[in-house]
Amino acid sequence: MGSTASLPTFKDGTYRDDFSFKNSPETVVRAPFPFDKDEYMYAVNMELHKDGRKGTAYEEPIDMDEHYLAEMRDRALVLDEDPLRCQSLPHMEMAGWDTLELLMECKAASFPEAFSLERDGDQWHWINRPMGIDQHFTFGDATTLPYGPLEYITRQAQGDFVVLDERDGNLWMDAGMVTTQADWSLDFDIGMNFFEWHAPVPLAHEKGIFQRALKYLLAVQQSNPARRLNWTMTVNPRLDTSPENYHQWGPENTHITPENVADKLFLRIELQSFWRLPRSNAILFPIRCYLLSMRDLSTVPKWATRMHRVLKSLPPELSSYKGLDNFREIAIDWLSEYDDGSPTTPGPFPD
Amino acid sequence: MSSIRYAEFKSRPYYGVLEPASALEHLIVAEGEGAHAVMELVAKAPAGFTSQATLLYAEGPYSPDNGNTEALRELGFARFHTSATAAAAVPRLEGALERLKMSTEVYLTGSESALSIFVKACTDAGLDYQGLQTEHRGSLARRVQCVHCKGITENVTTQPATCAHCGLLLLVRDHYSRRIGAFQGVNINAEDPSDIPAKEEMFR
Repeated sequence: MGSTASLPTFKDGTYRDDFSFKNSPETVVRAPFPFDKDEYMYAVNMELHKDGRKGTAYEEPIDMDEHYLAEMRDRALVLDEDPLRCQSLPHMEMAGWDTLELLMECKAASFPEAFSLERDGDQWHWINRPMGIDQHFTFGDATTLPYGPLEYITRQAQGDFVVLDERDGNLWMDAGMVTTQADWSLDFDIGMNFFEWHAPVPLAHEKGIFQRALKYLLAVQQSNPARRLNWTMTVNPRLDTSPENYHQWGPENTHITPENVADKLFLRIELQSFWRLPRSNAILFPIRCYLLSMRDLSTVPKWATRMHRVLKSLPPELSSYKGLDNFREIAIDWLSEYDDGSPTTPGPFPD
Repeated sequence: MSSIRYAEFKSRPYYGVLEPASALEHLIVAEGEGAHAVMELVAKAPAGFTSQATLLYAEGPYSPDNGNTEALRELGFARFHTSATAAAAVPRLEGALERLKMSTEVYLTGSESALSIFVKACTDAGLDYQGLQTEHRGSLARRVQCVHCKGITENVTTQPATCAHCGLLLLVRDHYSRRIGAFQGVNINAEDPSDIPAKEEMFR
């Protein structure tokens, strides 16, 4: 955490109903585009989460962008309707405090104009200026906060947060705040180990991906967080694509046409990071979601070309698992205008 | 029953064959056809096994007249209790788990649904599921949790299945939660509710 990042100008915007969410051009080019090649297959694509490139989503350890307030409003709406989206098994209280400490420290160090943390022993004072929060509390005493520590701080941080307990040489999903998920249920998966919660993923078990990924994650040490990217596609800028509400948003999957694909279909990028927590020895697993419409992608020619090639060459099992079958061909047709067949430059960043 | 087929899906439980363990006491919980797994267990065990053992046996609804209960009674368990169904056996099982002593081996056997119920009672009591012996006997009918309304539908044999609580038509997945003791059901025709696939018997 060297120099601090400039504070974004927060935008209004909704992730439901009228879907007024819209990226500014600066937010498009800073996105963590997930393809470093012209085709995609599962890989243990882990790397150190450090020294991020300036002007990108990797610049700060816990990123914040112009959608911060809009995303926090959406999270509050989800939790009002379904409190089970934030859960913590009884032995995870300490990991909740670890999470609160890590997120407060990162936010205050990266964005001092927006956040400040003062500590005097276990008496802490937290200020979140964008959200208008000024909270004195006793670290370790949940009765001094309006929510448990995990819920308290993750109502103030973009992205989902899963907390993994380590025991028996495995990682157990024993706590989390999950409201921006790509169609998986914390309520169902809580308590599962690494292999169990990944059970529905096709192809990757056979390739030994999860064995290797678990090995990597168990070796993550304090002060050396790791990251990887994942992706899918979402119709409308809906953050809360939960299985709980799938019967409500599912019909939208059939609403993509050649006329609306540019603005209605989104590349959904997950920037996943992995942090060893100091007291609990748990691993904090933030899953931060970035949404880019096909039109957003077309403003970065390399990205539109690459998206076209990735979608064309995607194995059918992955297309089906990611739920892309309804609109993949329409997206390929639209993106083909941006692919003249010439080679792309290496790496994920814009030219 | 081959356990290999079960192991393919990583969250789905797989079951083994009950084997007598060298333990000071034994707690055996059986349902329906699991009676035969208990008889085979006792046949493999050294003399005196049943005198250190408690058996909770769920006969199946409406006490079927198949002789299982009488055959089990004759094995001479130190404590032997019967109940109608797996769900009805749970309060007694919870009581037994509360009084469980160190070095007690726990054996569970019966239908897929019964095993879901028994394993959940044991893990809720703080036992590690990896220390439980399980053997599947009888029906493959599933307990299914609707991911939408969270209600659990018992004895699901079809694919898809109707949620007994909210009425949505559910795709019964292999994804399984031990904490809930159920497979996951997800609305199968969310994208087009007018598309109503026919139900097939899948879990008998």
